[in-house]
Amino acid sequence: MIVVVVIYIIRLFNLQILDDSYTDKADSNAFLKEIDFPARGVIKDRNGKILVFNKPAYDIMMVTREMKNFDTLMFCKLLNISHIDFIQRTKEMKRRRGYNPYTPQPFMTQLSSEDYGILQEQLFRFQGISLQNRTLRDYNYHNAALLLGSIGEVGKETLKADTIDHFYIPGDYAGQNGIEQTYEKYLRGEKGVRIFLRDAHGRVKGRYENGDLDVESKPGKDLTLSIDIDLQVYGEQLMNNKVGSIAAIDPSTGEILALVSSPTYDPSLLVGRKRSVNYMQLKNDPLLPLFDRPMMACYPPGSTFKTANALILQEEKIITPATAYPCQSGYHVGSFTVGCHAHSSPLNLVQSVQHSCNAYYCAGFRAMMDHPKYKNISNAFETWKQHVVSLGFGYKLGADVPNEKRGFIPNAKYYDKWYGEGRWKSLMIVSNSIGQGEIQATPLQLANLASIIANRGYYYVPHLVKHIDGFQLDSTYTNKRVTSIESQYFTPVVDGMELVMRSGTGYASRIDSIVVCGKTGTAQNPHGEDHSIFMAFAPKDDPKIAICVVVENSGFGATWAAPIATLMMEKYLKGYIPKRRKWMEERMLNANLLPKLNGNKTD
Amino acid sequence: MATRQISIVKNIDWFTVVLYVLLVTAGWFCIYGAVYNFEDASFWDFSYRYGKQLVWIGCSFVIAMMLSLLDSRIYNMFAYAIYVAMLLLLLLTIFVAPEIKGSRSWLVLGPVSLQPAEFAKTATCLALAKFMSSYGFKIGRFSDMFKVVMLILIPMVMIIFQNETGSALVYASLFLVLYRQGMPGLVLFLGFFSAVVFIISIRFGEVPILETILDESYGLFLVMLISLVTQAILLLVYQKDRRNSMFLCLGNILIFLIAYLVHKLFHLDFKFTYVGYFVMLSSFLFLLVIAIQNRKWSYIFVGLFSIGSVLFSNVSDMAFDKLKPHQQTRIRVTLGMENDPQKAGYNVNQSEIAIGSGGFSGKGFLNGTQTKLKYVPEQDTDFIFCTVGEEHGFIGSFFVLAMFLTLMLRLVYLAERQRSLFSRIYGYCVASIFLFHVMVNIGMVTGLTPVIGIPLPFFSYGGSSLWGFTILLFIFLRLDASRTEYFG
Repeated sequence: MIVVVVIYIIRLFNLQILDDSYTDKADSNAFLKEIDFPARGVIKDRNGKILVFNKPAYDIMMVTREMKNFDTLMFCKLLNISHIDFIQRTKEMKRRRGYNPYTPQPFMTQLSSEDYGILQEQLFRFQGISLQNRTLRDYNYHNAALLLGSIGEVGKETLKADTIDHFYIPGDYAGQNGIEQTYEKYLRGEKGVRIFLRDAHGRVKGRYENGDLDVESKPGKDLTLSIDIDLQVYGEQLMNNKVGSIAAIDPSTGEILALVSSPTYDPSLLVGRKRSVNYMQLKNDPLLPLFDRPMMACYPPGSTFKTANALILQEEKIITPATAYPCQSGYHVGSFTVGCHAHSSPLNLVQSVQHSCNAYYCAGFRAMMDHPKYKNISNAFETWKQHVVSLGFGYKLGADVPNEKRGFIPNAKYYDKWYGEGRWKSLMIVSNSIGQGEIQATPLQLANLASIIANRGYYYVPHLVKHIDGFQLDSTYTNKRVTSIESQYFTPVVDGMELVMRSGTGYASRIDSIVVCGKTGTAQNPHGEDHSIFMAFAPKDDPKIAICVVVENSGFGATWAAPIATLMMEKYLKGYIPKRRKWMEERMLNANLLPKLNGNKTD
Repeated sequence: MATRQISIVKNIDWFTVVLYVLLVTAGWFCIYGAVYNFEDASFWDFSYRYGKQLVWIGCSFVIAMMLSLLDSRIYNMFAYAIYVAMLLLLLLTIFVAPEIKGSRSWLVLGPVSLQPAEFAKTATCLALAKFMSSYGFKIGRFSDMFKVVMLILIPMVMIIFQNETGSALVYASLFLVLYRQGMPGLVLFLGFFSAVVFIISIRFGEVPILETILDESYGLFLVMLISLVTQAILLLVYQKDRRNSMFLCLGNILIFLIAYLVHKLFHLDFKFTYVGYFVMLSSFLFLLVIAIQNRKWSYIFVGLFSIGSVLFSNVSDMAFDKLKPHQQTRIRVTLGMENDPQKAGYNVNQSEIAIGSGGFSGKGFLNGTQTKLKYVPEQDTDFIFCTVGEEHGFIGSFFVLAMFLTLMLRLVYLAERQRSLFSRIYGYCVASIFLFHVMVNIGMVTGLTPVIGIPLPFFSYGGSSLWGFTILLFIFLRLDASRTEYFG
């Protein structure tokens, strides 16, 4: 008798005190937690114009056990779905994990308010159907799709990575790409919960503790972007029917003013129920509208990179502003030739920038590589590379967009591997001096270079968010980054860039009454016509905007990229385009430079 | 009359009475807790079970009082009459009772339903006590023993026919009383051993020893090993024959070892049970030789023991197959062979969750979510202990168990002090019935014993069971009160 009782007491001790799992099991049995979804934060532009906001959406919830005398045909008609679709959805719903015929189960999600209205009137006819409020993103402007990103169902990886605050459950929505992804934590807000008691059949039996333990949801934080939406819209218009990008930065803060990737799409395409269909369509578009060009496309920077070399060569005391190199329509060493266009010879530093002289930079770069003070070419190249990196190339800048690319700057090891250790000479790598060869940069990195030159030696990491409600901006974006180039060396480069606009390749695109400094470039493209690149900042003495424009397959930088860049600057600085330049604006807006594709996408 | 009344008040064991009242009261609160609904909570409502139970409790107090006032001699006098009457009632029940949840054990009399099986226990105890206390009864005599077994078996079989196997099993506990009255311990040992053999045969009945030979079960082999070991121990205990016991043990181990090595070294697959049969046969021959040499025939019985066990193991398998599917699954679930929290194991799983989630001090009266939200089936009847476990935690469960233990120990103490054999035997019957109920009921809600639908005395909802236990207990208290009066 006593033995039996003792055994039972041990068993009870084991069940009730040693084993904790039963409490959780009882809780998950008895408590039905209904999530109160928070409203997502609103996104505004730098002037407070609302770009992204929420519109109500509705999930149709179904309690299968309560469905009696259900007029399926009418229900389908109201929802505009076929009977087969209805059966399919019901099947899918029943297969889902955690399906319970006694509690509301999502039958169809993200119904728009128009569809909702139609159903709402007739809802009384359908027992067991209810509607749950959700929110969908809505857009005031049909622009800036890629930088904003979109909302989509959380993937497996996100769920797996969500180990710290366990915010998501399968079926939740989260930001995908762009600002929506980077600032997800601020935008998403805090979920609330309403706790109900449910019985063994899953029927709700009222509030737990009269709702005292329920948690109200907290709406997400609003974001203010650095983007000027009017400039952004204008940029997208200018880039219409062209492939390429515009990156415009405020040099004094690193704030990105416009970030155009062309071709682009309407962000509202990726909202709600039509999301997946549209997404597949965009994904299969041969012009890759989902490819975030200003952040991800890597081009050889071409002549724009000469400005960087001009800075490095001065810093390394290889040249002074007075140094002149001859140019006989190019740079010739034996049978090796880098061509150049017609200009007087020899040229000094300022002139070399103005005329974009290839020979000058080939000679200067070789002088550095073969300089005895570095002992060998490896050291010389590594020194050069350090400077290039300090100018923001070769690594991700760290912008607040999830998919930034780092571009490419080779190091000595790269050539060791390529040619064999100690078997490469300065002549073999001379194309780096004129922005060709191995080096690659993103449009954002080039805009950042313009920003550095505008600031005469420093920059802030380019970023899209200017202000988060109630939070400090990450110090990454508020700390000044000083480059390895002393500010005095910028003067001749800036002067050279000014002359480009006054009497050089950029003359045709000049802006009245504002001193613009610019540099054209042409990125050689082995697959087709060269890419047109232009890098600039203005005004010269109090820079307000630094910009880089890339127009793919359009030839010289001066022809397309430069006019677009200066139009952008003029629009930003003056707010209008004067009469003299209207024809240019027209020409740019209407030009169709889309590559000829096999299909008839372009005309 | 007046003097007798005074003597009852004086002589009745108030300790047990207070314990009884405490248990019944605690039971009522548990039923209130189990039936209580979060949505509409009204305290006095006789349409609810806690309301009805209050009526049953009131009635049982009246019954208790009446039983205490009756002359104690009538129980002895009418024991057989009551027994026969109950048997007739049980028989009647089989034919007239409507089927409720698969069992035909309820007699419906207008608004009240009664379960005669609950009262038949008392009748059986009385008859058993009367028979065993009668002059010239010897437990060792076969005809007497046979009659005793029949006394217990007849109501048992009738109740089985009512499809109340659980209630029927309660009668098996009465065999404990026989032990107290001088039945050889060997019988109890054999009973216990056959239970072990049964469990092992079922539990390991489907586990093959070798992956290559599938029609050989681990269960039988284990039974062989255990019975061989027990055989050697029996030899040691009953024959005090240490030498031969050791010899037998070592010899058997050696044969098994050789068989194992042959299997390992030569990769020979054979049925290990064949080796077992061989060992059993050789040890039986060994014992036979000793028996002939020493002219001690009991050696042969020891030898027969292990052979009997193996036979019994085979019989258990067959018997298990004869059980109803739901009974088979209940046993499988308890033995951990099946884990099906949705179906067969649902009750036990949910009741374990309920008890386990109570923790040390429980969730508080009326705060149990598991029981309130109807996760535990039969929570106001057979699974009432869940409410204790969930709402009052380890402390509450401990307290309830302690109360039952105190009651049972007190009953044994009272039984021991009886001068009348009739009263003593009856007392032991009462104690063993309580023990069986408490053991099996709390065992099943905590997942230790198979789910056998029997109520927890004084706690489970139901007039029949409450009255049945009240009558069972108070007849004994009445007998105890007049222990000095008569010598039966």
